[in-house]
Amino acid sequence: MNIEKKVLKKDSLEALFSKLKGAGRRILAPVQKAGEIFFEEVNSPKEMAKDYIQTTLSARGAVFPRCEALLKYEFEGKEVKVEDRKDAPKPTVVFGLRPCDAASFAVLNSVFTWDYQDELFKSRLANTALISVSCAKSDEYCFCTSVGGGPGETKGSDILLTELGSGDYLAEVITDKGKEIVSLAPELFGPATDEAKEKYLAKVARQFDIKELQGKLAKNFDNTELWLSQSLRCLGCGACAYVCPACVCFDIQDEANRSGGVRLRCWDSCGLSLFTLHTSGHNPRSVQSQRWRQRVMHKFSYMPDRLNYVACVGCGRCSRSCSADMNLLEHLKEIMETK
Amino acid sequence: MEELRKKAAELLSSGTVKVVIGFAQGSGGKTRAAFAQTPDQAAKLICDERCVQNLAVYLSKSEVKSLGKIAVVAKVPVLRTILQLAAENQLKDGEIVVLGISPEGKLVELPDFKAIEDFLAKIPYELTPEQKAELEKLEKMSVEERWNYWQEQFAKCVKCYACRAACPLCYCESCLTQCNQPQWIPVAPHQVGNMEWHIVRAMHLTGRCIGCGDCERACPVGIPLSLLNRKLAEEVFKNFKTRAGVAAKEEYALGTFKPEDKENFIK
Repeated sequence: MNIEKKVLKKDSLEALFSKLKGAGRRILAPVQKAGEIFFEEVNSPKEMAKDYIQTTLSARGAVFPRCEALLKYEFEGKEVKVEDRKDAPKPTVVFGLRPCDAASFAVLNSVFTWDYQDELFKSRLANTALISVSCAKSDEYCFCTSVGGGPGETKGSDILLTELGSGDYLAEVITDKGKEIVSLAPELFGPATDEAKEKYLAKVARQFDIKELQGKLAKNFDNTELWLSQSLRCLGCGACAYVCPACVCFDIQDEANRSGGVRLRCWDSCGLSLFTLHTSGHNPRSVQSQRWRQRVMHKFSYMPDRLNYVACVGCGRCSRSCSADMNLLEHLKEIMETK
Repeated sequence: MEELRKKAAELLSSGTVKVVIGFAQGSGGKTRAAFAQTPDQAAKLICDERCVQNLAVYLSKSEVKSLGKIAVVAKVPVLRTILQLAAENQLKDGEIVVLGISPEGKLVELPDFKAIEDFLAKIPYELTPEQKAELEKLEKMSVEERWNYWQEQFAKCVKCYACRAACPLCYCESCLTQCNQPQWIPVAPHQVGNMEWHIVRAMHLTGRCIGCGDCERACPVGIPLSLLNRKLAEEVFKNFKTRAGVAAKEEYALGTFKPEDKENFIK
């Protein structure tokens, strides 16, 4: 992967957005909505949220929407006519996501192209470009560097922008998709200087070694006391899974009347009490401590074992949104302290 | 705080209770729920103005209940919740030890429901000026404006059910949303699914919600849920002169029939 370094002048974002829109791209960027920040469709960089560490919801909705139709069906006498989803996803640019968010798309992709090829996901991903912005600030909830990421990490982005002291951006053009975007507005991208980006990046100290954590987790599966004490205050709401960029669980629901219906796929959470309820009535994860254990094991043990990806990018959203203050990083560090 | 810690440690070391539910230092300068099971753990309990989570939500959680007899640190919203739970036959007198905390932050001995009722009778239920202004703004809107306002708010909903999980009065082990024969409320987070969920939850809480605000605090996408519940609570008070969380025995306004109830709206 040959990363091309360029400079994007500080006042050219408006022009860049204009060129992207002119080329038929939908632009999703962080927008302030009351006390929260969501990725929404924008026309101008002026609409973007300013001065924040991280958005509330992640950008995963761009490739894995909160609710989407999989197919439609109609009853014709005793026959059922099925119509697969045919719409083509709109070419999209996600602008202003963090390096941790950019890294999460590969995690999602590993699940959606594992044994079954999810064509809806794949076509969305193929039509989405990521222009990330590196992190000048972090807070106590961030732990990207503990899970293989970093505030200026290029992995997963098509273009990574780092704001330099001058206000201009260092633009690292990482992939062919990134090169294609540059080619839409080549006049906006000048030659890069020798200036290194490191001094403009937040310092995020590594809090644990991921391989060591996996070893601890393997040893502690049956440590029921640990999982119970960690999860006593958990309310069992789904918030953590819904704000997470790397969570993939979904529910499939049919909504129909006597003439036909639609099959929907929508977000779900393993933290919810009925997530593993069988039709027999048995629920293998009937108490919250089992569900908490599952969440941690899935992200930090099963996914790395099965698909070679840690299903967490250390963005900290789960901990910021948790109304019971579960704080994932704190729990992981506690697990690191076990024998 | 010191009095509370001492009392908690005493209750644990004497074996009177097996767990004291209170608050401890959390992350980001916040506090979090704590479950002290030994006098050492009781020494870490804190109680200040940051401690706003309604701890009564843990009274119905099975893994908390299975620890044994519970003592709970109870500020005014928790006390109201305890009375409402009692009125709904979810708590028996003496089942839990209540460590009352007055609005001034003092530990108050409240040995039974009657003591809680008497204590709360001296603390009038009042809306803050911000809450009054918010309700006025809502009431000034036309029906259409109000519908649009709530549509816009509920469009953010992702159906995480944090509002339900955080609410101590949403204790149903089999929530209406979990029934799929028939699927009363659409699971999906689309316009209809979101409206139906929030309307039904608000209706199920009408006259029962004590206004702790935890639903709104728990919502990850910032929907003003407490406003909706508060509006309905005011409607109940206007029409029936009753409020939730006032007495351990209650004739629930929306669940009680009296022969003198008016029937002139039945056509």
